[in-house]
Amino acid sequence: MKIPKIKYLRNSSFQDKLQFFFLTISGLTIFNIEFLKQLFTFPVEIEQIKKHMSELGVKTFSIVSIMGFILGFILALQSYPVLERFGATDFLPATVSISIIRELAPILTALIFAGRVSSGIGAEISSMRVSEQIDAMEVSAINPFKYLVVSRVFATSLILPILTIYVIMISLIGAFIAVIMTDNMSLIYFLNAVIASIAFGDFIPAILKTFVFGYIVGIVGSYKGYTADGGTEGVGRASTTAVVLASLLILIVDMVMVKITVWLWPSIG
Amino acid sequence: MSNPIIEIKNLEKSFGELRILNKISINVLEGENFIVFGQSGTGKSVLLKCIVGLLEPDAGEINIYGKSVLNLSNQKLNEVRKSMGFLFQGAALYDSMSVRENLQFPLIRNYNFTKEELNQKTISTLSMVGLENAIDKMPSELSGGMRKRIGLARSIITEPKIMLYDEPTTGLDPITSKEISVLILELQKKLNMTAIVVTHDLLCAEIIADRAIVIDKGDIVQEGTIKELTSSDNKLLRNFFSHDIIKSCLFLVSC
Repeated sequence: MKIPKIKYLRNSSFQDKLQFFFLTISGLTIFNIEFLKQLFTFPVEIEQIKKHMSELGVKTFSIVSIMGFILGFILALQSYPVLERFGATDFLPATVSISIIRELAPILTALIFAGRVSSGIGAEISSMRVSEQIDAMEVSAINPFKYLVVSRVFATSLILPILTIYVIMISLIGAFIAVIMTDNMSLIYFLNAVIASIAFGDFIPAILKTFVFGYIVGIVGSYKGYTADGGTEGVGRASTTAVVLASLLILIVDMVMVKITVWLWPSIG
Repeated sequence: MSNPIIEIKNLEKSFGELRILNKISINVLEGENFIVFGQSGTGKSVLLKCIVGLLEPDAGEINIYGKSVLNLSNQKLNEVRKSMGFLFQGAALYDSMSVRENLQFPLIRNYNFTKEELNQKTISTLSMVGLENAIDKMPSELSGGMRKRIGLARSIITEPKIMLYDEPTTGLDPITSKEISVLILELQKKLNMTAIVVTHDLLCAEIIADRAIVIDKGDIVQEGTIKELTSSDNKLLRNFFSHDIIKSCLFLVSC
């Protein structure tokens, strides 16, 4: 795998930045192709995947719990006065749950996950790169790409959908608490209204796209870490640029995937 | 000491405009300790990395056991790598693994040992480097000298026939540096390894070298025994070794 080297300049011109952009795109493409090639080779790193999944779950559990609760709570509080103006407060559970399930929970969980995990992967792999640990694996006839990258990307792709489902549930709890603070709606009514308003087209595409977001978080963090150079400065750069690039790609891919979803399931448009 | 185990012919390597290795040719014989001297930035480590396939040379040939290792598939290159050990300058221990896991990692990945055999091998290799007690320590708990010893233990646990050392004594105090050099010599005799040692530590070279070369600006300046190199009339060699001789003398006096 030959990934083009990117030379970081402190005072870069527009031309340098453009070159940097295209080198990153081509590097990331080569990295993705290598990932797909290695994905279907033995051995399957089951132990590493399990280890990373549990680590990533523990790392992000508390932050996504808080974020999910506040998201549901605020959304319900903000929506209530607007719906009240039209005498449509009965539609609050449906409005809130559809917003959370279709878009807010997947995208916000993915962005928080990117901030927490992409930078962590970038920092970890880049420090292994600059301290020659990756070279040490290679000279020991061990495939570092398979061991470090494939297992992590697999783990991030699998854990993000699980976290998103969890965030959806926590957000709905937050929304219900906000509702009972302003209205005397029962839990049964709230739940029935939520279940009645959700269709296949709301839930499945939203969860499916989180696999892609998880993949982006893993692959971008790994790419930035794997191609890092320049000592400790390189480690810092890998970690920060991983977050920025992963977040940006998540937003772009989300835009495309929403368009595809609407095209595939016109009923939810 | 007879057959050339490693043959390098006209090896060239540049990074951009900067020429690092310029038609380097060396032969390393079986069981020999071959030293590569040179100032920092003269391409010594690049030479080692080309031999082990971490860097691809621009031109030239590298033969190990008579077979060219350039243009090998990854699988075949890994077979060659299994017969080699590499001690990195900073030891390159895996931070997230304990000493035991560091040593067992290449064995678990490349061979089929039972758990008992793995533990036995780990303990016996650690005893060779005198660090049996560090088996459950993390790399962050080790001193510079200990890290080098553990790095060495990890490299020899697979019983390689060829060892490559990248500045094995750099950054160590003279006493630890001497201990590491003696250890390298002992292990080489015990395991009958062929070694290439990149260094600029004359004391280390005096202890372990059979033969040596001096590289400057990518070219081999001179080849010979340590005695021949240190007594050479070449101005560069006189400058290079005078500084190291003073350091070695001061150390020997202090001992």
